[in-house]
This record gives sequence, C-alpha cells and structure tokens, in this order.
Amino acid sequence: MFEKIKNNNTAIMVLFSIMVLAGPLIMAPFGAGYPDLLQRFAIYGIFAVGFNLLFGLTGYLSFGHAAFLGIGSYSAVWMFKLLTMNIVPAIFLAVLLSGLAALVIGYVALRRSGIYFSILTLAFAQMAYNLAYSVLTPITNGETGLQLSLHDARILDPVNTSGSLPSTNFFGAAMNATAKTELFGMTLQFNVGFYVCALILILAFYISLRIFNSPFGLMLRAIRTNQTRLNYTGVNTKPYTLAVFVISGMYAGLAGGLLACTDPLAGAERMQWTASGEVVLMTILGGAGTLIGPVLGSGFIKYFENIFSKINDTVLDGWFSFMPDSMADFFVTIVHPFVGKGWHLTLGILFMLVVIFLPGGLVEGATRIGQWIARKTGAAPESKANSTVISTVHKD
Amino acid sequence: MSDKNIFTSDISRRDVLKTGAKAGVVGASLVSAPFIISSSANAYTNDPGDAATVKLGFNVPQSGPYADEGADELRAFKLAVQHINGTGKDNGMLPTMKPISLKGNGINGKKVEFVTGDTQTKSDAARASAKSMIEKDGVVMVSGGSSSGVAIAVQGLCQEAGVIFMAGLTHSNDTTGKDKKANGFRHFFNAYMSGAALAPVLEKNYGKERNAYHLTADYTWGYTQEASIKKFTEDLGWNTVNAVKTPLAATDFSEYIAPVLNSGADVLVLNHYGGNMINSLTNAVQFGLRDKMINGKKFEIIVPLYSRLMAQGAGANVKGIYGSTNWHWSLQDEGSKAFVKSFGQEYGFPPSQAAHTCYVQTLLYADACQRAGTFNPCGVAEALEGHKFDGMGNGPTEYRAEDHQCFKDVLVVRGKENPSSEFDLLEVVEVTPRAQVEYAVDNEFFAGGELGQCNAG
Repeated sequence: MFEKIKNNNTAIMVLFSIMVLAGPLIMAPFGAGYPDLLQRFAIYGIFAVGFNLLFGLTGYLSFGHAAFLGIGSYSAVWMFKLLTMNIVPAIFLAVLLSGLAALVIGYVALRRSGIYFSILTLAFAQMAYNLAYSVLTPITNGETGLQLSLHDARILDPVNTSGSLPSTNFFGAAMNATAKTELFGMTLQFNVGFYVCALILILAFYISLRIFNSPFGLMLRAIRTNQTRLNYTGVNTKPYTLAVFVISGMYAGLAGGLLACTDPLAGAERMQWTASGEVVLMTILGGAGTLIGPVLGSGFIKYFENIFSKINDTVLDGWFSFMPDSMADFFVTIVHPFVGKGWHLTLGILFMLVVIFLPGGLVEGATRIGQWIARKTGAAPESKANSTVISTVHKD
Repeated sequence: MSDKNIFTSDISRRDVLKTGAKAGVVGASLVSAPFIISSSANAYTNDPGDAATVKLGFNVPQSGPYADEGADELRAFKLAVQHINGTGKDNGMLPTMKPISLKGNGINGKKVEFVTGDTQTKSDAARASAKSMIEKDGVVMVSGGSSSGVAIAVQGLCQEAGVIFMAGLTHSNDTTGKDKKANGFRHFFNAYMSGAALAPVLEKNYGKERNAYHLTADYTWGYTQEASIKKFTEDLGWNTVNAVKTPLAATDFSEYIAPVLNSGADVLVLNHYGGNMINSLTNAVQFGLRDKMINGKKFEIIVPLYSRLMAQGAGANVKGIYGSTNWHWSLQDEGSKAFVKSFGQEYGFPPSQAAHTCYVQTLLYADACQRAGTFNPCGVAEALEGHKFDGMGNGPTEYRAEDHQCFKDVLVVRGKENPSSEFDLLEVVEVTPRAQVEYAVDNEFFAGGELGQCNAG
C-alpha cells in the first residue's frame, strides 16, 4: 500500500514537473508561449495552490488573500531598492512579511468561521488596499505604484554607472534574459524568469502534496467535515487553522514577491477585492480540494485575461474571411460580444457552466472524459474506483 | 485517504519512464538547436529586419474612468496608421506637417500594422498589456494611455525593454520630470504649463483675493497639478484653504463637496479628469455652489485640465468655467482643420485633445524613424530630440532634448454660454505663448529625476 502511494506521488511530481518545465513548448501553439504570460501562469499557479491549502482543505473561504500578494510585492520591491537586485532576499522578505501579516489577520479572523470569516478577511484586505492609497503612500507610492529609480541605494550591488535601471537577477542570471529558437515555424521563448518561477511552482506544489497527504492535512480535512465534533472530542482546532492560514498567506506572499521579481513594480491594485475574488474563481474553476485543479484554474483565467481579451474585430475578420462577406459579418457580429472587451462575459458563462454541471471544476470534467474513454476501451472497473475517490474529495 | 488526488489512475513506473524519455529527446533536440539570445544577436528589441511590415502597440484605457478618452485615442491611432500607410480617405496632417519625410507609403518602406490593449487605467494591467505587446507581438513602439500613473509605469517598462514610448494623454509634471526616461517622449502639455497659462486669466476675472479649495485625484497627476496650481495662484495672492485627495475610482463626490460650503472658500479647484471631473462638477453644481455668494464674492469653479469629452459629459454644468487644454477642434490653423476634417469624415464627429495628441505622436514617431532610417530606439530618440516642427495644430513646437517634453502654446478655454452644437462646448479665451509657459530643466517642479541613456534592448 505504502509503496504504491509513494509511486503515485512520484509519478504526479514527475508528470507535473514535465508539464511545467515544457511550458514554453506546450503553450506556444496557443499563442501563449511568451515569457510574461508564462511567468503569470506559474506565479498565479503558486497563489492558487496556496489558497487551495486553506480553502480546499479546511473549507475556510478567505476573501482577502490579495492583501498578502500585495504585501509580498511591496516588500520585494523595497529589497530591490535598498539591498540588491538579486531576487533571493526579495523573496525571503516577501514570504516573511506576508507570513507575519497572515499571523495577525488570521489570529483575529479565525475567531469566526463561515461567512463571518470571509467578511473579516475581506475587510482586512480592503483596509490594506485603502491604507496603501492613503497613509502608507510614503511606503507604497500611492496610485503611481512603487518603482525602481536610478538613485536607489542598493547597498550590496556595485555602483550603477550605466545610466539605465538594473534588471532583477538570480545570482547574475538576468530574469528577463530569453533564449529564442524556431521550431515548426513557432518561436519558442525560454526565459530565465519563467524557469525560476516554474521551479518554485514545482517546489510549492510538492509541499502542497506533502501537506495533503500528511496527518496535518488529515486534521484540516476533519475541520472541514465537522469542526464542532472535533471540539467536543477535546481537539483544539485553532492552531491547525491558524497554521494553514499562515502557510497559505506565505504562498500568496511568495507569489507577490515573484510578481515583483519578474516586473519590479508594485501597485495597490494587486490588493483590491477583485484580485482576492480572482483566486477564489481560479480555485473553484479548476477544482477546489484537488491538487492540480487550482493550477489549471489559474492558467485558464490568465489565458482568458491575456489572450482572449486581445481578439478584436480585425482578428475576427481574419477567422471568418473564408466565408462569403455577409455571412462573415454575421458571425463577427455574433462572436464580437464574447471576445476582446467581452472576455469577462465568456469567462462568466464558463464559470456558471462549470459550477452548475461540474461542481468539481475542470478536474471533474477531465475525470469524466477519462472515464468515458475508459468505458469505451473496456477498462471500466478501474475507472469506477477513480470516480469514488474523486467524488469523496468533493463531498467531505 | 492519503491518495486523494486527481492522478489516481495507476501510472506505472514504466509509463513515467517512457514519458520522461520522450521529453528528454525533445529537450535534447532543443538544446542542440541554435540558441539565439535575443538581446545580443539583434541590434535592438524587435528589430523588424527584412519583414515587409512593422508593428506598433496602442495601449489605451478601454474600461475605467478614462474609457471615453481611450476610445477616442484608438480612433485617432487607426487614422494615423491609415495616413502613414497611404490607405486613408485623405492624408490628414501629412500635407501640413513641416518638416516631413513621410511619403504615405509606410515607414522606411514597411507597412505599419498595430495591436491594441486595455490599460484599465491600472499600472499593473497596463504593464502586462504593454509587455505582451513587446514580447508576443513584437512591437517597436508603445503609445497611448490617459493617466499619468499608467504613463509613468509603461514608460519605465519601455525603457527596460528597449522600445520607444510615445506618451498619450499625460499631464503630470513627473512624466517628463522626476520620472522622465530616455526612451519616453511627451507631446502633451503639463500641469505646470496649465498653471502658468491660467494664472493671468484667473487674476483678470477673479481678482487677487480669493480662497481656494482643492479636490485632487489621488495619484501622481493630481499631486503635481495641485502643487502647480497652488504655486501660481498663491503667487497671485490667493489663499489655499484646504486640499483634499479623492480616490480615482470614486463616482460620487458629494461627501467631498459638502465640506466646501462651510470652509470659507470662494473658489473650488477640481484637479479631476475624465469621468471623475464629470461627476465632481455635477455634484458641485447640484449642491448649488455656483449660486453662492461667499465673502461678498460669487463662488467660482476652476477645472485646470479641460477636454471636450468631459464638457460633453458634464453638459450645461461647464458653462463659464475656466480651464486649459492642449488642443481644441475649433482651432483654425491648417493642421487642425485637416485633422478635424479627416477624423470627421471617418467617424462623424470632431476629435478630442486625447485623439489629437495620440495622432500627432504617431506621426512624429513615424517621421523620426523615416529621418533616422531605422527603428532602433536610440536612432529614433536622437531624431526626436530637439526636433522642431509646425503644422500639427499647436503652432511651432519643439521636442526639448533635455527632458523629452514638447514646448508650444497653451490654450485657456471657458465653457461656452450658448453652444451651437453638442460638440461646440468650449471657447478659446486665450492662446498663451510658449515663452510664458516655458521653464528651465532644473525647475523645482521637475527636479529629482534623470533621463538616463537610451536603451535599445
């Protein structure tokens, strides 16, 4: 039994690592193989994986996770300004400060559960957002956002005489350095920043997997199933929830820090409630409580935001140009409200469909397709076992 | 319990090895392929090389408080590209622009294509959008935007990435002041110029003894405009009673307007733009501020940065209100007439100042590339620095080499009492000559930054 599970986990990690590391290759045919978006895939993947630790395991729905993302970004940029352009101290401070913030916010918010917890976290996040715009402007630089300047101290770095801003680096390897190569007519872009984020995502995913499979993870699931019963049996659940809240906050801070590492700017918009809501959408869309779901969900939403929103009428005309003019115009008119500026609409419809028909998110969809294929090929019994495992994930 | 995850189907070690081996082969073949480090092999970022086309990126707000301006900017960009390529109904400002090297057949023999993006008037979103234009679409220049916060953020990005940034509507002193960048250029005027141009008109109409109350949009542009207007009005002898910051996302300003009534102020300065200004002015008029007599003087409202789109949104409320603007469609010089004509026949209404500045910026960029014979940002920057031109709606204009700011005449306008059409809302009160609004590079309102060196990527 033990051996089998261990094998399984190794398989998951190997598969996941290959998929992530081959990102530039896999995403290029979809027009998403450029560094900025790939970095976002990885970073928001980390954010969602961390959020899922809290929401997926304990069922505590935090509506203020963007605050930690913002804190991570601000601390990272300050490290770039004061200490060095090397990303290691920046990430370290980002994780540390967001962890501390999560400890304080969690200590207060976790006194309540359910909707009250959600509202408390939302309130804290909005507070952070508004502070960043008002009293904290000396630290956050208000609406302009915190940016690097030529006069920053950077006490560990050699004096900059080039007259242009230095770029963030990982022990000398510039984050924005990109190697390009042609393959089947596509340009593949292998970017240092992406690979740094990807390796951290793999590590973050591994930690999440270990937590899922640990006694600690089991206790968190128990809290989700019936916290009252746990309390009656004499278990104090608070340390567990607080611990996972802090871990989850540190994941968010890590993601925020990485955002600043790939693009050294921090703006308060990152802490707005829409950003907090986005990670909830990512997790539910992908499949809350599953390991891979949040990563899929974040990839989906970022793809929509960056690629779907760029489809304008000129692109549509190109798509339908093979048709007669009147028919092409008709199709362009039909499709127009759903692409470009209307990407929110498409995403909203998709989200509704997923919630109504696939409560387990995209992961459930994938499982169902898998089962269907298995039935067709006659491997039914095995897939039956699958479905029970999957459904318990969502019921408990 | 512990195997609760999605990959529960039995994946044998052999399968994994097989997949791994395949991946390994692909990986190896990639490594052996000739790797090109983009920054060293090409002379500059997104060098179009032998391609028949060159791509420009137009990054404008399509949502948020400045969406109206963004939509108008996009119209102007499309028109500019048509005129540069020679595919439009006419040639717009090409015949009036002096000097000119564009021939109406593209730039350096390449046809111009463009991509668009939504800045959402958020620094983050704007940078993501600009980044995807540079990394995915391969643009050599980014232009547009209607917020100084965004302009400064995107300008910084373009500097790092090694492309040219031709700022759209940005009025903060900082864009060519403390946040100026060697790869960024601004045609639009700035808050300091607004103050310098407005002060004499305000003195003439409202006298030397006034108490001003500022409502200020809470970001870089608001700050610098408030500071500039304060300086110039206090030099006149005015007193500043209070200055309150309002969030950019606000839509209801009544909570900010109410305290003005009891503050003893007799002038309200609205450092707001776009949707913000429409709402705050409407609120102020609803509160009856303009009918009040305070300290024996009629209460007045000033909107230092005006645009026709805002006047249209605020309707009759703008009547008699003073402000400054970069350009207005009713100007009668050849360049303005040509632009208004081609914009009008394409879209059916006159262009806004945002549209004008974006149109001019695109033409100026194209012309600079043509003169330099390259798209290399360093070559283009050199061609733009110190460039003097005329016939583009603002009279003789110069791109100052030291800070990449355009210097030209500034218009002081007033809301018309009897508009003849829905577009005829502002009248030009005075054309303030360049000499009166010009300042030294090391002026205290612009100090603290460094242009740095041009970056070609």
